[in-house]
Amino acid sequence: MKVKVLSRNPDDYVRETTRDIHRVPRNYDPTLHPFEVPREYTRALNATKLERVFAKPFVGSLDGHRDGINCMAKHSKSLSILLSGACDGEVKLWNLPKRECFRTVQAHEGFVRGIVTRFCGTSFFTVGDDKTIKQWKMEPPGYGEQEEPLNTILGKAVFTGIDHHQSGETFATCGQTVDIWDEQRTSPIRSFSWGVDSFSCVRYNPVETELLASCASDRSVVLYDMREATPLKKVIMKLRSNTLCWNPMEAYYFTSSNEDYNLYTYDMRYLDNPVTVHMDHVSAVLDVDYSPTGREFVSASFDKSVRIFPKDGGHSREVYHTKRMQHVICVRWSADNKYILSGSDEMNIRMWKANASEKLGVLTPREKTTRDYNQKLREKFQHHPHIRRIARHRHLPHDIYKQRREQREMKDARRRKELNVRKHSKPGSVPVETEKEKHVVTVVE
Amino acid sequence: MVKDKKKSVKFDLPSKTTTSRTMDEELESDEDFLPDNENIISASEDEDASGDERKHTKLLEAISSLGGKRRKKLAERSEASLQVSEFAVNAEGAGEKVVLSDLLSSATEASRTDGSLTKTQKQLKNLEKRHATLELPLSHQQTEKIQREAAFQKASKEVSRWESTIILQQRAEQLVFPLNQQPNRPRRMEQVVTSWKTQTPLEQEVFAVLHAHRQPTLDPVLTPVEEAQLQAMSLEEAQLRRAELQKARALQSYYESKAKRERKIKSKKYHKVQQKAKRKAFLKQFEEMCKSDPERAMEELQKMEKNRIEERMSLKHQNSGKWAKSKAIMAKYDLGARQDMQEQLELNRQLTHKPLPSAELHGDSDHDDDNNDPTLTNDDQTLPDIANDASANQKEGANPWMKMTAVMPTAMEAEPKSIVVTTDSEPTEVAASGGGGGDAETEEERLLGEFARRRQLRKTNEEEEEEADEEARQKDESSQAAGGPSISFTIAETSEEEEEEDQMDEAAASELNALFGRLAKQGQQDAAPLATVGVASMDTLLDEDTTRVRTLEEAELLTETHSDTAPMVESEAAAASGHGNKHAPKVKRRQKIIDLEQVLTKQAKSIRVPMTAPAVEDAEDEALDEQTDVIREAFAGDDVVLDFLKEKRKQEEASKPKDVDLTLPGWGQWGGLGVPVKKHKRRRFLKKAPPSVPRKDRKLPAVIISEKRDSSVATHQVSQLPFPFENPAQFERSIRSPLGSTWNPELAVRKLTAPRIVTKAGAIIQPLSKDDVMSSKKTPGKRGAPDLLLGNVEQGKAGHRPTAKRKKHKK
Repeated sequence: MKVKVLSRNPDDYVRETTRDIHRVPRNYDPTLHPFEVPREYTRALNATKLERVFAKPFVGSLDGHRDGINCMAKHSKSLSILLSGACDGEVKLWNLPKRECFRTVQAHEGFVRGIVTRFCGTSFFTVGDDKTIKQWKMEPPGYGEQEEPLNTILGKAVFTGIDHHQSGETFATCGQTVDIWDEQRTSPIRSFSWGVDSFSCVRYNPVETELLASCASDRSVVLYDMREATPLKKVIMKLRSNTLCWNPMEAYYFTSSNEDYNLYTYDMRYLDNPVTVHMDHVSAVLDVDYSPTGREFVSASFDKSVRIFPKDGGHSREVYHTKRMQHVICVRWSADNKYILSGSDEMNIRMWKANASEKLGVLTPREKTTRDYNQKLREKFQHHPHIRRIARHRHLPHDIYKQRREQREMKDARRRKELNVRKHSKPGSVPVETEKEKHVVTVVE
Repeated sequence: MVKDKKKSVKFDLPSKTTTSRTMDEELESDEDFLPDNENIISASEDEDASGDERKHTKLLEAISSLGGKRRKKLAERSEASLQVSEFAVNAEGAGEKVVLSDLLSSATEASRTDGSLTKTQKQLKNLEKRHATLELPLSHQQTEKIQREAAFQKASKEVSRWESTIILQQRAEQLVFPLNQQPNRPRRMEQVVTSWKTQTPLEQEVFAVLHAHRQPTLDPVLTPVEEAQLQAMSLEEAQLRRAELQKARALQSYYESKAKRERKIKSKKYHKVQQKAKRKAFLKQFEEMCKSDPERAMEELQKMEKNRIEERMSLKHQNSGKWAKSKAIMAKYDLGARQDMQEQLELNRQLTHKPLPSAELHGDSDHDDDNNDPTLTNDDQTLPDIANDASANQKEGANPWMKMTAVMPTAMEAEPKSIVVTTDSEPTEVAASGGGGGDAETEEERLLGEFARRRQLRKTNEEEEEEADEEARQKDESSQAAGGPSISFTIAETSEEEEEEDQMDEAAASELNALFGRLAKQGQQDAAPLATVGVASMDTLLDEDTTRVRTLEEAELLTETHSDTAPMVESEAAAASGHGNKHAPKVKRRQKIIDLEQVLTKQAKSIRVPMTAPAVEDAEDEALDEQTDVIREAFAGDDVVLDFLKEKRKQEEASKPKDVDLTLPGWGQWGGLGVPVKKHKRRRFLKKAPPSVPRKDRKLPAVIISEKRDSSVATHQVSQLPFPFENPAQFERSIRSPLGSTWNPELAVRKLTAPRIVTKAGAIIQPLSKDDVMSSKKTPGKRGAPDLLLGNVEQGKAGHRPTAKRKKHKK
C-alpha cells in the first residue's frame, strides 16, 4: 500500500539566513486588501510627518578661524578634507569626520580671496589681497621644516578668484583681467579683458573643460574659451552677479548668484534669457555650488541662510539657518552628495546634511526599503493639500520672515501698478514682460 | 602691386632656362626698387596740392632773387632729385606718376632683346588696368567681434554634443552615481585575452592552437557549435521536455509496480484468463501485422516456429509428468480430471502443430511460455519507446536534453509546413482513440507518442507564430461564433485525461498541468482547439479575472448582467467557455457582498445562483451559510433594517429646510406666560422655507447619501489638477494603483519604489567626462555578451544563453 505523506519544500518556508525576514506567503487578491488608496494616503501622511520630525540637518561646526571665512574648497580626491581661507589670510585644512583642523597656514597678508585644489589632490593654490598666487603642498611640512609655498607668483594687480582646470596643468585667475596660467610659468599664457576693470569670480566648466565663465563688475557674466584669443560672449544683467557655478553633469548649464536676491540658471548657448529664475532669498546671494549629481544646487546668502534649489525649480526646497550663523559667504556641496558646508562671517564652518531627514550611517535592507517606499509615497501624494502643507512647512527666523512678507508686498504692488499702466494705455504699448526677461539688460557679442 | 609683379616674373622663370641668371638679377633689382619706388610715389603724391606750391615757389623765387644765389641752388637740387633717379626711373613729366612698367624699362638692357621682358611689361599693364584700390581693413573692434562670434559658434556647437546625453539622463528611471562604476567582478575572458600580448613561445603556441581550432577570442565568445547547441533548446523547451520525461518516468514506474502486483497474484484462474486475453490480443495484432508489417510478422512466425520446436523437444503437455499420472489414476472416476488431461493433450497438439501461413495461425499462438517472465515481455511491448530511450540515456550518462533536440531539427525539416493540417487532424484522432480506449496500455503509449508529436508541433508553430497569430484570431472569433460542439468535445476529453492523471504521481501531475496550461494557451493562439487544453485552461481561467468590485453599485451592475445569463442552458454556459468563465467569479463576489436585507432578516432566504461551477462554489456556500447563521444568532434581538429605515427618515427630516418664525412675543400685544401669539401676526412674521431639493437617495431604500459637504474630508482632497497631469482621470489613475507590499509582490514593489537617484556612500562623484562617454560609444556590446570567466568556462557555457542585444547605454 502506498502511503501518501504531506511533504513540503523547505525552500518555501525556511529563510536562507537568520538575518533574513521570515517568509510569509501572501494572497494578493485585491478583495482581501480593500481601501488601498486611503491606507496608502495615511501612510504617506505619516511618512511626511515623520520626515519633518526627523529633519535635523545640522551635523556640526568647525570653529578655529580668527576671522570670517572668505572661501572654501573641496579636496578633489578625498571626501574627508576641506580647505578654507579666512579674511585674515589664514588657510586651514580640516578633517571633516573628526571635525578638527589639522593644518594652519598663514598664506597671505589680507584676505584669502580664492582657494582651489589641484585635480590630483597633492597641492592647492591660493590667491590673496597681497597680489600673489601661491601653490602649497597638501601634506603638512615635516618636523623642523618651514611652512613655505611650493611656488609664488607675484601679479600686477589683486587677484579675486582662482579655479583650476579639471585635468590639465593650467589654472585661471581673475582680478582686473581673467588670466590663464600654465603651472610651469610665472606669467599668464593668456589674458582676457573686455572693457571691464574687475572680475569677481572665474570658473572652469567641469565637463567641457576648455570653457570658462566669469562674473564681472559691470554686471555681466562673460564666457571664454581657453583656446581662443578673445572672450566668447557676455550677458549684462540688471544687477551684478557675485559667483557662478557650472552644472557638473550638464555641460551647458550654469547658475549665477545675483545681487538682486535671485539666482539665474543659463544655457550658455542662449544667453538672451535665463532658463530658470530661482527666487526665495531675501538678500544678495553670495555663493552657489552644484551638487555632484547635477540635480540640485545650494546657495549662500547675505540674509544669513542657506537654501537648496532643484536645478529646474523656481523656489527652494529647503532652507537652513541657525541663530548664530551670520552672513554666509561661501558654500560647498560635498563630492559624495551627502553634505553641505557653509562658511560664514562669524568664523565658523557649518556642516549640514544635504537631505535634512536622512539617517546617517549604515541602513539595514529593511530600512532602505522603508525609506524608498516612504519616499515614493510622499511623491505620489505630494499634491494632496494636507500632505503638501506639512511637507512644505519650514521655520524661518523672524527677520527673514518679515522681509519676505515685505518683499512679497512690494512685488505685488509693482505688479499691480504694471497691470494698471497696461490697462490705461494703448493696447500693445506696454508689453508683457516675463520674469525671465526682466533681469537681462543685453547680450554683447 | 609690386608683389603681383614678382609673382608673374617667377611664373615665367622655368620656361626661360637660358636666361635664368639674368632673371635672377632682375629679381634682385626688383627688391632693390622697393624702397625707392615708395619714395617716388610719395613724392608724386606730395604734388597733389601743386597749385599752392607753385605760388609758394614763385614767392620763394622772388625772395631768393632778393637774397642772391643760395636759394636758387636749392631749388635746382630738388628738381634734379625729382627727375633723376639712381636706377634711371623717370616719369615723363614732372607731375606724372611712375607706372610699374616703367620700372622694368631700366632693368637690364641686355635682357630686352628676348621677349620675356616685354611680356611681363604687358602683364603689368594689364594688371594696372584691371585693379581697383584695396579696401580699408576692418576696425579693431569689428574684427574682434567677428572673432568672438565665430568662437562662440564653435563653442556652442561643441557643447551641444552633450544634448543627447543630458536628455537621456533626465529621462532615466534611475541614475546610479558615480556613473562610471567599474564592475567589481572578474573580467571576462575576451577582455583579458585582448589586452594580453603573447610574449613567451609557450603562449604563442597556445594561441596558435586556439586559432587553429577557431576558438573565438573576441565578442561572440561561443564557438559556432556551442551556439547551435544553445539555440537548439530554450529554457522553456527544456522545462517542457523535462516535464515530459518526468511523466514518462512516472508511467514507467507505474507499469513496473503494476506488473509486480500482477505477478504476485496467486490465482491460477486469473493468470489463465490473462494469458488467454493476451493471446487473443496477440492474434489480432498478428493479423494486422500480416497486412501492415509483413517483416515483423515473419519474425513472429519464426518465434512461433521456435516455440513449436521447443514444445516438441520437451515432454510438457504430454501427460507424462507426476501431475498427469495422478490425474490418470483419477480419470476413471472423475470427469473433470479427464477433461484436464484432454486439455493438456489438446494444448500439446496446438503447440506442436506446424503453423500454416494463414489459417493455422489462429489456433496455436502460445508464445509466452510458463518459464518466460511475463513482465519482461510486457515491458518490452507496452512501454513506449521514449521512456525506454530516456532510461537508456540516463544509464549511459549522456545528456538526454541534447539528444532529443539533436533529433528535432531533422524532424522539423522532414515535415516542413504541414502544421495546420496536423493540428486540425489531431483532436479527431485523439477522440477516436479515446473512444476505443479499453486497455490502458495502448492509451498510455499513445499519450507518450503524442508528447513527441506535440513537441514537434510546438517547434514548427513557434517558427510561424506570426502567421498563425492572425489565423488564430480569426479562428477564435469563428469558434466563438460556432460555440457549442467544439468545447463540449473538449470537456469529454478532459474527463478522460483526468482518469489517467489520477493514477499518476501528484507532483508530476501538477507540474505537468501547469505546463500544459501554457501549452494550451499557445495552442489557443496557434489556431485549432487542441484537445488537451481542457483541464488546465478551466482551472486557470477561473482565477484569471482581475476586475475589481469596489462599490455596491458595481456589484448591483454585476448581478444584473448575471441575471440575464441565468436562464441559459448549462451546456450553453459551458460552451461559451470564455464568456462563462468571466461570470463564475462574479457570482462568487456577489455572495461575498452581504445584502443587509437578506442577511439580517430572521428567515434566511436561500440565494438562487445558477451553478456554473458547482465544485468551486460548494465550499463557499457552506461557509456563507455558517456565517449567516452566526450573524443571525448574534443579532437575534434587534431589527436592524427597521432601525436603518428610522434613521434614514430622521435624516431626511433634518435635511428639509424649515420655516423660520420671527415673531417676538410682547410686540404689538400683551406678552407673558400663557398668552398666545395672534395668528395673523405669526403668519406675518413666519418666513417660509424654500421647497426642498429632492434627495439623491430617495429611490434607494438601503442607502443614506449625505449631501452635506464634509469639511474634514475636504482638507484631504486635491482641489486643482496638479501640473504634469493633463486630465483628472490621469491623475486619479496615478493615485489608484497602490505601491506597497500589501498589494504587490516583492519584486514589483522593489521596481515601483526604486529611487530616482542612487549614490554610493563614500564615493566621490566626478563630473561627467568626455572619456567615459566616448569610450562607452566605442565599445557598444560591452555588457551584452555572456560572462565567461577564465577559470570556469564550462560552467559559464552551461548556464548562459547568449542574450542577443541588450540595450546599450547610448550617450
